[in-house]
Amino acid sequence: MKLTKLSALVASTALCAPMAMAQDMADELTIVSWGGSYSASQKNAYHDPYTAMTGVKIINDESSAEAVAKLRAMNEAGNVTWDVVDVVASDAMRLCDEGLAEEIDHDADLAPAPDGTPASEDFGDLLVSECFVPQIVYSTTFGYRTDLVGDTPPTSVCAIFDLDAYPGKRSLQKRPIDNMEWALYCDGVAKDEIYDVLSTPEGVKRGLDKLGTIKDNVVWWSAGAETPQLLADGEVVMGSTYNGRLFSAIAEQNQPIAMLWDMQSFDLDGWIIPTGLSPERKARAMDYLRFATDTQRLADQAKYISYGPARASSAPLVGKHAELGIDMAPHMPTDPANATNVHIYDYEWWADNRDDLNAKFQAWLAK
Amino acid sequence: MSDTTQSGPVLAADGTPLKRSLSRALRRQKIRALMLIAPLLLFVLVTFILPIGDMLFRSVENQIVSETLPRTVVALKSWDATSGETPDEAVYAALAIDLKMAAEAKLHTRVGSRLNYEKPGISSLFRKAGRQVKKWDVENDGPYKARFLDLHKGWGDPDVWSTIQTYSPKFTNGYFLNSADMKKGADGPEWRPEDEQIYWLLLKRTMFMSMAITLSCIALAYPVAWILANLPARTSNMLMILVLLPFWTSLLVRTSAWKVMLQQQGVINDTLVWLGLVGDDARLAMINNQFGTIVTMTHILLPFMILPMYSVMKTIQPTYLRAAKSLGATNWTAFWRVYFPQSVPGIGAGSILVFILSIGYYITPELVGGTKGVFISNRIAYHISTSLNWGLAAALGAILLALVLILYWAYDKIVGIDNVKLG
Repeated sequence: MKLTKLSALVASTALCAPMAMAQDMADELTIVSWGGSYSASQKNAYHDPYTAMTGVKIINDESSAEAVAKLRAMNEAGNVTWDVVDVVASDAMRLCDEGLAEEIDHDADLAPAPDGTPASEDFGDLLVSECFVPQIVYSTTFGYRTDLVGDTPPTSVCAIFDLDAYPGKRSLQKRPIDNMEWALYCDGVAKDEIYDVLSTPEGVKRGLDKLGTIKDNVVWWSAGAETPQLLADGEVVMGSTYNGRLFSAIAEQNQPIAMLWDMQSFDLDGWIIPTGLSPERKARAMDYLRFATDTQRLADQAKYISYGPARASSAPLVGKHAELGIDMAPHMPTDPANATNVHIYDYEWWADNRDDLNAKFQAWLAK
Repeated sequence: MSDTTQSGPVLAADGTPLKRSLSRALRRQKIRALMLIAPLLLFVLVTFILPIGDMLFRSVENQIVSETLPRTVVALKSWDATSGETPDEAVYAALAIDLKMAAEAKLHTRVGSRLNYEKPGISSLFRKAGRQVKKWDVENDGPYKARFLDLHKGWGDPDVWSTIQTYSPKFTNGYFLNSADMKKGADGPEWRPEDEQIYWLLLKRTMFMSMAITLSCIALAYPVAWILANLPARTSNMLMILVLLPFWTSLLVRTSAWKVMLQQQGVINDTLVWLGLVGDDARLAMINNQFGTIVTMTHILLPFMILPMYSVMKTIQPTYLRAAKSLGATNWTAFWRVYFPQSVPGIGAGSILVFILSIGYYITPELVGGTKGVFISNRIAYHISTSLNWGLAAALGAILLALVLILYWAYDKIVGIDNVKLG
């Protein structure tokens, strides 16, 4: 206890005067993220300016996909080598539950908006866990081949279940999350009742039965790059993936693909600070966190990738793509035109039911 | 004099009995040998055997419940789970104290996650309760039963309490039951509902597919190894590079290449359609199923079969075959009676390598296996990296390890393990 209080003290004083206390902070940071264009956008928007400002050396580790398991192993070994870790919100909740991520006082530890609004209000509902600082809003949504859907391009997510109007294969993620909600929604369940229905065994069966109507026509993916590739090859007519992947396929590679934003499933990605860091390293990590999640930095990231900034105050600052020069706002999942009908998934519900439903889903898949 | 030496023990030059002197010399030799391998032994022990043992131990370890909720576990002992009633006030009071202490040490969510593996919903029950109970004054804030029920109606669910009771012992067979599609019921193990049974099916599938992959590797590798072993060194070295080249290529690249080849708009289907052998609307499904997994994995594991076969075949004297033929054997008899038996150690070594590697593969099946070509290792990976249910992963791993050891034993009985050569 004493140690955590001490480190909290060090951290808070360090944050009040980042420059004066710099000698009490580590001069190296290991930041874990997803790799690829996502890490590149973080490097451009956060890491490089931070290094320029403080001289801190930033080491990138592309291990976010295994972050939960690796953090637990490091923690058990008593040797945590990561300082700041990028994870999706549900993983952040799990890490927080397991005591592997530090709790963060959002108002004290993060910068307020330029107009003085405290961070907790600026992030609003997106603060889904005490340990989590959201960075971007992304969505899992559908793309379809414009040349394979005839004269009536799909406008509703339920097109995936309509084999008559849109024959051919579809690609869906190999997990129950999102798919079960879409299935129930298209089976006539009202949006605000989806989780009530899904909480009953009959509801689970109903969802799986609905997915069963297209089971033979589904290619199940587990890596985000698969759907864009399957679409480009013409293997599938439509498929779900992360909106940023579809943006690259459409805007950067000019594939004949269009977005179907209906019932896009919002999800969050952001930072956690692992527990068990030395006071110097924790102070440095918190200092970086404060810098990298301020209003301007979050807006800057959107120049490099089509994910929406998590702060309300960042949205008006979103500009043009750094290389393509196109306006980024219309490609954001949070853009009002795209967000007319969204599905917001219930983190608490999935934290409780993920393993159980995953077992049922996999058993259903394997049969 | 000669009489006494014959009746007494034989003496060495220094007067000690020869037997003792010999055993001392042998012991010294043994110690020296042991000292020589000691660093390696220690290394293997520390970096291999201990971590694996530690991991496997998790499959029965279950101390978290009784350590985090000690008073509740004791108070719950007398409660009858089959009564269908909730426990009495004493249990709730014990829980209040336990939970307050756990919440202060931030352990309540951990035990919640542990119990959530057994009954979905407990995780948020503990998370929410911990937040509130932290503020309670556990001395005078009773009665607790009503307060807990106020927090969440889940605390009034006898199933929640019977889950806590069932998983309160320090050790559990629950993970192993789970990996056999069973669960701990009120009266002994019972089957899980049919829509949750998966591990037994996956285990059978893993075994079947690994066998199929091993057999197709044998069929493809044998002729290749034979050619490599019998060509002049210059040509065979060239061909050897062709065998090794895919070996040095990234696994993901090779897997993706097979996707390009096998998918419905892929190279093979396009060629077949162009040749008119297959209609454009009836393209073959060769990937995202068992066929795709077997083809891809066979290709990936082929070098592990070719190399031991090659090195064994290299040592088979061509004179034996000539001798057999000169004694009147046909080509087939000479091969089958003389050459093949000598190449069996290579097949054995290759098969063991390929089989053991393939039951542990998960990236390739995940990418090309679709729904029917998935291995049990995919589930182990899920429990290690996503659900963090390491106990269940350890139990599944232990079962897989036991199966491999049984197969190894069977192989030893049938073929003989001395009969395995890597060269």
